[in-house]
Amino acid sequence: MNPFAYARPEDPEEAIALLDADTTSSAIAGGTTILDLMKAGIEVPAQLVDITPLPFHDIEDDDARGVLRIGALATMSDVARHPTIRDRFPLIELALEAGATPQLRNMATIGGNLMQRTRCDYFRDPAFAACNKRLPGSGCAARDGENRKHAVLGTSDHCIATHPSDLAVALVALDARIHLQGPDGARTIPVEDFHLLPGATPHRETAIRRGELIRSVEILAPPHAARAVYRKVRDRASYEFALVAVAALLTIEDDRIATARVALGGVATKPWRSREAEAALTGAPPTHATFEAAATAALRDAHPRTHNAYKVDLARRTIALALTEATRP
Amino acid sequence: MRIDTGGATVELSVNGRRHTLPVEPRTTLLDALRDRLHLTGTKKGCDHGQCGACTVLVDGRRIYSCLALAVMQQGRAIQTIEGLAGPGETSLHPVQRAFLEHDAFQCGYCTPGQIMSAVGLIAEGRARDDAEVKANLSGNICRCGAYQNILRAVRQAADEVAHR
Repeated sequence: MNPFAYARPEDPEEAIALLDADTTSSAIAGGTTILDLMKAGIEVPAQLVDITPLPFHDIEDDDARGVLRIGALATMSDVARHPTIRDRFPLIELALEAGATPQLRNMATIGGNLMQRTRCDYFRDPAFAACNKRLPGSGCAARDGENRKHAVLGTSDHCIATHPSDLAVALVALDARIHLQGPDGARTIPVEDFHLLPGATPHRETAIRRGELIRSVEILAPPHAARAVYRKVRDRASYEFALVAVAALLTIEDDRIATARVALGGVATKPWRSREAEAALTGAPPTHATFEAAATAALRDAHPRTHNAYKVDLARRTIALALTEATRP
Repeated sequence: MRIDTGGATVELSVNGRRHTLPVEPRTTLLDALRDRLHLTGTKKGCDHGQCGACTVLVDGRRIYSCLALAVMQQGRAIQTIEGLAGPGETSLHPVQRAFLEHDAFQCGYCTPGQIMSAVGLIAEGRARDDAEVKANLSGNICRCGAYQNILRAVRQAADEVAHR
């Protein structure tokens, strides 16, 4: 790793001031993404700002507003085993437990999980010159290279890198909101707007502004009757990122699908809420034909490359399976 | 609080003993344990959090020491493989004894990480059946393929700890 200075602010204002003053400074919490990227030579901050002392660790049930607020510094493990999560947000527990490993989940934070970066091998190896994410304007080696794990949705001529988070897929399915605090004060944005499409600027991955910190993630509980499914397809049974992942939440009333939430991972450049699938599901009977129609709609705008065309069919089938599981009595 | 790139002296609590040692901010906990404290039981397999050979316990929780900075571990209780057994050969930790009894290693390189991970797993109460052990020991890989015996060893140790 490159040599760097270490700062440990005592409060959010001090942390924000440090990060705002110096664009060569990065925040560190669990360290599982940033240290990995620093060892690979992808990120070379001159200073790491340790934000772990900040008061963003709590998981709070805000009964008055009916929301759950998860502090950005809560670890994946702590959130996954929290009684409220287990009881009322099973989709979040499923997504968290599907990701990483126990050791990583003990270290990694919710905020860090949202900030994690792609596993694209071209991005992660500086030996490859053509990476628009690492070096804007240099090209994209993955588009005509080995792209088996790359995205089929949300891609552009400049980047086809897959977003790797499981948790983020669950959060977009649940319409979560992110509370940010920065030099210009506090703001809240939908998690769906937090991650950006690569477009012509793949180096800009999130809506976070200079000096900003994620304070917490807020979620409204889904209807209690909703059955949550998180189905992750990957090369091995654990310790591996998704090739295709589906988060599904459905409620049935009078033999019709009343509410549907479908989000995809492993196939898109950002956590992918599929309103196309939801539109095909809402009001329809919970039958195999409906699920197949939803799956087809979800992948209609897919743009596969040479080695990831299999993802289109795999994603369709996984969506249909997830929906079947979500409606099993 | 700030530490310059050149580093500083930090205090780490390892296996119940306090150590004062010079580190740079970029010194990982793994490198501090091995290179500064000469506790070489913890292994560097991949240095990227992808193999588990560097697993240690910090405040009772298992982590990858290769992705932890030494300067961020002050005030925490670190336990390594060297800190598991009591004095003398007869006071091995149940997990260590089980690994020996079940021949749960070949080259031994993943073994300290497997054992520390198993200790953490048992403390989490998640070693109740084979499926649970496999899922929750998934963060430790073994190139020699000793998995079947690792599984048996961990199940035995978990039962023993549960019935203490």
